[in-house]
Amino acid sequence: MTILRMRDITKTFPGVKALEDVHLDVRRGEIHAICGENGAGKSTLMKVLSGVYPHGSYSGSIEFDGAECAFSSIRDSERRGIVIIHQELALCPQLSIAENIFLGNELSSGGLIDWNRTNHAAAELLRRVGLDELPVTPVNELGVGKQQLVEIAKALSKSVRLLILDEPTAALNDSDSEHLLGLLRQLREQGVTCVIISHKLNEIMAVADSITILRDGRTVADFPTTEATEGRIISAMVGRDLSDRFPPHVPTVGAEVLRIEDWTVHSPTQTGRVVVDHANLVLHRGEIVGLAGLMGAGRTELAMSVFGRTYGKDISGRVVKDGKEVRLRSVRDAIANGIAYVTEDRKRYGLNLIDDIKRNISSAGLGQLSSRGWVNENEEHQVATKYQRQMNIKAPSVRSITGKLSGGNQQKVVLSKWILTDPDVLILDEPTRGIDVGAKYEIYTIINRLADEGKAILVISSELPELLGLCDRIYALSRGRITGEVDRAEASQERLMQYMTKESA
Amino acid sequence: MTVTKASTQVRSGSPQLRRISFNPREGGIYVAFALIVVLFTVLTHGVLLEPQNISNIIVQNSYILILAMGMMLVIIAGHIDLSVGSVVAVCGALCAVLTVNMGMPWLPALLITLVAGAAIGAWQGYWVAYFGIPAFIVTLAGMLAFRALTLTVLGNQGIGPFPSSLRTLSNGFTDGYLGNIGLGPLGGADLISVLAGVAGVLAIVVLQWQRRKARLGYLQQVDPFGVFALKVGGASVVVLAVVVQLARFRNIPWVLVLLTVLVLGYSLLANRSVFGRHIYAIGGNRQAAELSGVKVKSVTFWIFVNMGVLAALAGVIFAGRLNQAGPTAGNSFELDAIAAAFIGGAAVQGGVGKVVGAITGGLIMAVINNGMSLIGAPSERVMLVKGLVLLAAVVYDIWTKRRAGA
Repeated sequence: MTILRMRDITKTFPGVKALEDVHLDVRRGEIHAICGENGAGKSTLMKVLSGVYPHGSYSGSIEFDGAECAFSSIRDSERRGIVIIHQELALCPQLSIAENIFLGNELSSGGLIDWNRTNHAAAELLRRVGLDELPVTPVNELGVGKQQLVEIAKALSKSVRLLILDEPTAALNDSDSEHLLGLLRQLREQGVTCVIISHKLNEIMAVADSITILRDGRTVADFPTTEATEGRIISAMVGRDLSDRFPPHVPTVGAEVLRIEDWTVHSPTQTGRVVVDHANLVLHRGEIVGLAGLMGAGRTELAMSVFGRTYGKDISGRVVKDGKEVRLRSVRDAIANGIAYVTEDRKRYGLNLIDDIKRNISSAGLGQLSSRGWVNENEEHQVATKYQRQMNIKAPSVRSITGKLSGGNQQKVVLSKWILTDPDVLILDEPTRGIDVGAKYEIYTIINRLADEGKAILVISSELPELLGLCDRIYALSRGRITGEVDRAEASQERLMQYMTKESA
Repeated sequence: MTVTKASTQVRSGSPQLRRISFNPREGGIYVAFALIVVLFTVLTHGVLLEPQNISNIIVQNSYILILAMGMMLVIIAGHIDLSVGSVVAVCGALCAVLTVNMGMPWLPALLITLVAGAAIGAWQGYWVAYFGIPAFIVTLAGMLAFRALTLTVLGNQGIGPFPSSLRTLSNGFTDGYLGNIGLGPLGGADLISVLAGVAGVLAIVVLQWQRRKARLGYLQQVDPFGVFALKVGGASVVVLAVVVQLARFRNIPWVLVLLTVLVLGYSLLANRSVFGRHIYAIGGNRQAAELSGVKVKSVTFWIFVNMGVLAALAGVIFAGRLNQAGPTAGNSFELDAIAAAFIGGAAVQGGVGKVVGAITGGLIMAVINNGMSLIGAPSERVMLVKGLVLLAAVVYDIWTKRRAGA
């Protein structure tokens, strides 16, 4: 008995084919897992299903409960009983549990909200999801795990028939995850079909009835869990050839530059949650080191906490630079000690989009272009022009506004900005995200050149092939712990994926 | 673009010409100013540009222009300051107490007042920068509190009259140290003022020429010589014309000297200093600035300190002009200063704006005020027009931005 049948779903964004002839069959009353690497198209597929991308913006057909569907909005799909719970929870923190559950769907009579009925119905729903809280409690007093349950209660209030959960346990601790998975099983008993997107293979093996695997926007495999092994899932997820997408590079690895010892970081928002857990890593001159990890593993958090404590609290551990322990209390300290960090989200954290190329390039290394607090604009212009040529930044001049450049050229501006600070260690967080293939090759070439100049480079990437093609050595991070370290010769996607999904070291 | 390769011709001196470019977002304001001046010159049959009237416009709006410069920096950083009107009042009152009631000489009194302004700015800057309270709230509280303080100091009456030395700063003019010269049909004019004007023009020409030469030395693109000459020539003519008109009346107002120094200083600060760059960086993308090592909190703090000092200066000048520190002094000055900054090209979300733009914005409102009152328009209509001009300026800013696709 199939409740959902998606056929030949193709969805393109300008320049990218996010989904290509994807098919998905979900049986009534099952828990169906969708697996795939970051960027494989899982979330896009769910957005197509839930009407976030309206009918007409994709091609292919969706059949739900025996009827062809053409959703034009989330409301449409919700009316049919399809509810999606996103990874970033969509609750209003100041409102009560009951208000959140019935938000947009208020129980009212004569235009006025019937609070008695609302709170009563909410209490009933909370009982169903096993959340022991009063309906009038503000949501911001709950932990993430309980907020997740409120989301599910909200879905149940809409008489959900197909519940989609996007990485529901990514931010949860073990006991909360356990409770959530138990709840899913319980809902299955009550006839609710679930689609769960997850990176955590052990969870999938424990809870799912069948599995669909996406890779590069295509369905590459689907099988019942009884036929699955973690190995089979992993090889289906990563099975992709590494042709010559990477420039050849022979590393000349030198002395140790940076060592991080016993590095532990706590979440600034959730008390007690350990984001980075006693991590140790070492970087050498001329070496390109990868840091692999799934979403939420703590990669960015690790990098930013080292980079002048720009993330986290209660940070403990040692940073040793050139054999001496250093304390990096601010970004300035980090820059002064020769550490540069190229952020994951260049538009939000890397660039001043309304300013021009030259001022962006100079923004972190202004000290070198100024004396006694006054900027030498001619010097600045010359340096920027030099980088424009060196990095091949495609723009009419260094006075062009960075917001108008393509992703690849923006990234080259950010790289120039940090190279200008003359760092010994460059941390690159997702250096090729949202960049087309040609520009990626250019960025890889730049990274290789920087390594040849003797800089130590740490590359954080969600794309395993990228790490394998670029790095001399790769650390794997899982739930804040370094779970493995492999040299280029021994590295494979399967091996990394095993480390990345390892639950404890 | 006619870009030649840089490596080959370091000394050949062949200039790299830039196509004549006009940035509608930044340039629009100057065109608008010119059009408004022309419009009111016609409507007032030339009275707008008469010597006494030009002098009046400058003297009557000097304190708004001073506030607008500081406000521009605050707005570029992505904040706002609603308290400047009240700070003007309380600092004027302080200065009056010091000089009139206590008989202090003008210079120490002025310095103490400026320090008090800095302290007020530091108080507000602390809450905004280090405590993260929105500037709107902090300065709204300041607006009430410092008005209250003014009333406490002054009671319900003004303090005056001020010693003449302080009044000179706001109302006074340079003396005719060298007597007059005849300018043909224009009649007599103060020689020292005219010489100052000529010196100013020479400075513009020399500085711009040196800048152009330095840029060419660094192989940057510059305007074609004709355009360069036109720009410098145009600026020189405007400066000289204004100075000559002033020289025909009562010479150069001291407050214009002060304004000139401030405009040059703050333009330099905004464009050329590391501190200025950091202001733009914070306004453009606060998080990126933070991750680039900008001390966001400290820069924000000092921007407010600076605003406090300028408000104190404006307070002294305003009190000196009225020859009295009154309890209602500075009422709604904050709105004029904010309007000047936005008309002058500041962006609502911060990160954009120039000191010269704030001055131009302030002058646009000044000319509208002056021109409309010369043709006898009632004050409510002046207010209406100013409001519409402010809205139009921001609409234009957003429209050009949208069209540029930024």
